[in-house]
Amino acid sequence: MVVKLYGQVTAVCPQRVLLCFLEKGIEFEIFHIDLDTLEQKKPEHLLRQPFGQVPAIEDGDFKLFESRAIARYYATKYADQGTNLLGKSLEHRAIVDQWADVENQSFNALAHPIVLNLIIKPKLGEKCDTVLVEELKVKLGVVLDIYENRLASNRFLAGEEFTMADLTHMPAMAYLMSITDINQMVKARESINRWWEEITARPAWKKLMELAGRH
Amino acid sequence: SFSSIKSRVLIIIKEVRKKERKKKMVLKIYAPLFASSKRAVVTLIEKGVSFETVHVDLMKGEQRNPEYLAIQPFGKIPVLVDGDYKIFESRAIMRYIAEKYRSQGPDLLGKTIEERGQVEQWLDVEATSYHPPLLALTLNIVFAPLMGFPADEKVIKESEEKLGEVLDVYEAQLSKNEYLAGDFVSLADLAHLPFTEYLVNQIGKAYMIKDRKHVSAWWDKISSRAAWKEVSEKYALPV
Repeated sequence: MVVKLYGQVTAVCPQRVLLCFLEKGIEFEIFHIDLDTLEQKKPEHLLRQPFGQVPAIEDGDFKLFESRAIARYYATKYADQGTNLLGKSLEHRAIVDQWADVENQSFNALAHPIVLNLIIKPKLGEKCDTVLVEELKVKLGVVLDIYENRLASNRFLAGEEFTMADLTHMPAMAYLMSITDINQMVKARESINRWWEEITARPAWKKLMELAGRH
Repeated sequence: SFSSIKSRVLIIIKEVRKKERKKKMVLKIYAPLFASSKRAVVTLIEKGVSFETVHVDLMKGEQRNPEYLAIQPFGKIPVLVDGDYKIFESRAIMRYIAEKYRSQGPDLLGKTIEERGQVEQWLDVEATSYHPPLLALTLNIVFAPLMGFPADEKVIKESEEKLGEVLDVYEAQLSKNEYLAGDFVSLADLAHLPFTEYLVNQIGKAYMIKDRKHVSAWWDKISSRAAWKEVSEKYALPV
């Protein structure tokens, strides 16, 4: 049974799941949900994802939404296949979860509105909230300093191996890196820069970028 | 004789050191009076795990002290310390406790990996869709007057709207299932307790829960659990 992924391949949250599939060598089929025409808010998709968001998966009778929950499910189901994304012990797993939750609570809370205002709104011809963006950039700098400190003494966020903690940051981080002054903020931080170069050199990431039509 | 006194003293020293080691091994949870920490505290109580608490007063900004930032660099609460091991982020702590003490108390993770998937799904919904607007309401309505910063009426209005939309989805879900992830109580339900407590009390918007039949029944069920009652009584924030 090949898992069906409903979403847009250029969107951050579906990419989180796709990257997990690619790291684990899990076969999948993408069913395009067109965000530009608000297909995610239409009745057919609301049956899969009642909040009108992407992604959602269907795997036989099993259905799930929330990209991080989907990624955790498949990382558990295929624990022995491909990259081990969930750590080697209970304690290690909890540290993976800790940094994955930091992504949700402290990183995404800033990355999402920045990307929304600087990348998505211009595409849709909407006005960008420049005051908000400047405030968010300052906050992002503070958060990046904490990551810098962490990555100065750890190769990856949860320790010496690449895990879900790193993976979950990658799709939004890639969009942030396409914004000039944020790119500079990251490049000015030696350890984050080193980490970003290493994780974006992974074959699964390169395959994802090809799929998304971005190189 | 001297040697029997010596061996008795050595036994006493061994017992004292054993007690000290055991004391260090008791779990410590920081800032138990504040809502985010209560996610972890209620999970510990549900699983029957003994723990100690360390007070951190957010209203005095103690989470910004260098000593606290050394254990939680984002200056957020809670932190769990388990001997030499420490972990932050309330939901990561919940998962750790639920996994480590899986064989005692209710199984808060479901029985299969598919059930666990559903638990993770609703735990993420709480984190990404339910918590942000409710946090905004809590800060602007409960803490703004206490701490002397201005409440943002526009944010309050937008947050109530957003939270209402989320609760409409919950109403549909809870009309099909007794609890969020299925017919069993899980981390997903518990994660909602602390801030929803603010919603129905100090925020003064209990109608958002009570006006939704199935959400209301679910709220009554989860908030009347013995563990949550213990948290509410023992760790009430004096406001």
